[in-house]
Amino acid sequence: MTTNRPLHLAAALRRPGYLISWWPWRALAYAGTTVPVAGALALGLGVVVAPAVAVLNAARQGRPVELPVVVFLAVAGLALAAVAPLVSAPVAGFERWRLGVVDSRPLPARRPFSGDVVGSLAARYTDAAAWREVAYACWLGTVVPVAYWTFAVLALLDLTLLASPWLVDGTDDVIVMWTTVDTPREAAPYAVGAALVLPVLWYLAGLLVAGQATVARRLLAGPPAEPAALREVTRSRARLVDAYEAERRRIERDVHDGAQPRLTSLTVQLGLARLDVPDDSPAARPLAVAHEQAKELMVTLRQIAQGIRPQQLTELGLAGAARQLAGEAAIGVEVRADLPRPVPEPVETTAYYVVSEALANVASHADAARAEVRLTQTDRHLVVEVEDDGRGGADPARGTGLTGLADRVAAADGRLLLASPAGGPTLLRVELPCRP
Amino acid sequence: MPPMTRVVLAEDEVLLREGLVALLGRFGFEVVAAVGSAPALRDAVEAHRPDLLVTDIRMPPRHRDDGLREAVALRGGRPGLAVVVLSQYVQSEYASALLDSGDGRRVGYLLKDRVADVAEFAGTLRRVVDGGTAIDPDVVRHLLHRPRDPLAALTARERTVLALVAEGHSNAAIAARLHVTEAAVGKHVGNILAKLDLPPSDDTNRRVLAVLAFLRGTPS
Repeated sequence: MTTNRPLHLAAALRRPGYLISWWPWRALAYAGTTVPVAGALALGLGVVVAPAVAVLNAARQGRPVELPVVVFLAVAGLALAAVAPLVSAPVAGFERWRLGVVDSRPLPARRPFSGDVVGSLAARYTDAAAWREVAYACWLGTVVPVAYWTFAVLALLDLTLLASPWLVDGTDDVIVMWTTVDTPREAAPYAVGAALVLPVLWYLAGLLVAGQATVARRLLAGPPAEPAALREVTRSRARLVDAYEAERRRIERDVHDGAQPRLTSLTVQLGLARLDVPDDSPAARPLAVAHEQAKELMVTLRQIAQGIRPQQLTELGLAGAARQLAGEAAIGVEVRADLPRPVPEPVETTAYYVVSEALANVASHADAARAEVRLTQTDRHLVVEVEDDGRGGADPARGTGLTGLADRVAAADGRLLLASPAGGPTLLRVELPCRP
Repeated sequence: MPPMTRVVLAEDEVLLREGLVALLGRFGFEVVAAVGSAPALRDAVEAHRPDLLVTDIRMPPRHRDDGLREAVALRGGRPGLAVVVLSQYVQSEYASALLDSGDGRRVGYLLKDRVADVAEFAGTLRRVVDGGTAIDPDVVRHLLHRPRDPLAALTARERTVLALVAEGHSNAAIAARLHVTEAAVGKHVGNILAKLDLPPSDDTNRRVLAVLAFLRGTPS
């Protein structure tokens, strides 16, 4: 279920071939496009930040603070806070697009524009996502430039050392580090060292950008969904299920109201006839056989009318049938059943199929060594949980039998929840309503 | 010659209704009314005051549990009325509703299939009229398969006996069926009642309580 190609920079950094892959260049492209955006934001923020820093310094050193400066700061600060949610909107839009350079994972959609300008503007001030975008813009205009400067200084230093033999050679310049060099021969070791540091810098640039992209993703996409949180699998094809259910009920009704009573009546008549036919009559035996066959047919018809119900379920009950399914599985499956109250038959049937399908899924997709089936009851529900220690990443969208299962559960008015982070474990939880 | 048992029969399917009338007549019951809907069933019972009501669960007008509701309501008004309901499926909650009406005696809950064994069916009706309780063996079996059942404490032999008790058989009949002495059956029944923690009182009543324990899944 997982691909072998990393989807984002942070994942690519952990791969051995990072330095010779395209990823550093993508990081560089991202960094290069960051500079104008962060620069513009830094200038805008500088209008407020620079005087504010000056005022703070003055206050710290006990120098008097000019009143106009304070007034300007207050007004500018308020104005900035007022326009920030509006300014941050186009910035965030552009940044979301730019994030694709180093992170191909889709971002959750933003609030769509409803066509109501006033309402949309008002929403920018009340929406948590909008203020997160403001925070992102502030961060991009302050922290990011500082980090870039720091890295640029390091990179420049390294390049200077690398070029030092030529620099020394061509001029009377002296490279001052912790020592002075004035001949190429003296400079050579530094150049070699600088050359060795190059890949480290190359990697460090990737780390810097990956950190930046992680913060961007976190602020632009909102808090990440808990990877192991149970997501409800949508009731796909609900209409189809309804149609199927209606059809099934129609057939059941036809059998129940049409065929079954007539067959019962026939059996009664045969039974009455048998009473009046003496045992030694040649007709007695065929009549008895006919009677028995009619009775068997009644049972068959009843099972058909009720929907196909696995025989083992009828004979062993839900817990017993689940244990039997577990016993048939290729991997070790443990069943824990706690069912103090009786479960209605249709619910039992659905639960049985859930266990059956889930174990089949585990066998074919999960690559698991162990699985556990838990059957419990709450006040109103029968809860079926199937957990495996496989590789996870089960995705209902890929149609791994999960959608069919969701349909079956939906038909019983139940809910199907799934937690399957990449790397496992996978937990499937089905809640089926039971009348108390 | 005792007076014939007077029966009101409610079954919406005409063919089966005719068949059942023939069956009941054959075994010495007098069918005073045969009707096909829940309101008609109520009127017939009010008009004829029968000894026994035999009714289908699923009937007009709603085609749901109309027959059962009517039967339960009628029993509330006249505890002496014996009622046997016929069900297409094993639905233990229906059986519980029926047993909860009155004192849990003179009631029967049978799968419709049972009418095919005409003599046995007639015998069951008799037992119910005589004050017994008759729960379909399939319902009983269904309940016996319940995990964590309080009945799990019973031995296989005790379960067999309890199943027969639930079907409304007397100790003597059970003894004949299992080819043991009546005293042995009495001992089994005593053990069952003890295991289900049933209060010592009139024995017939305790037997009914044991059957109720089946249907509720917890010893009362």
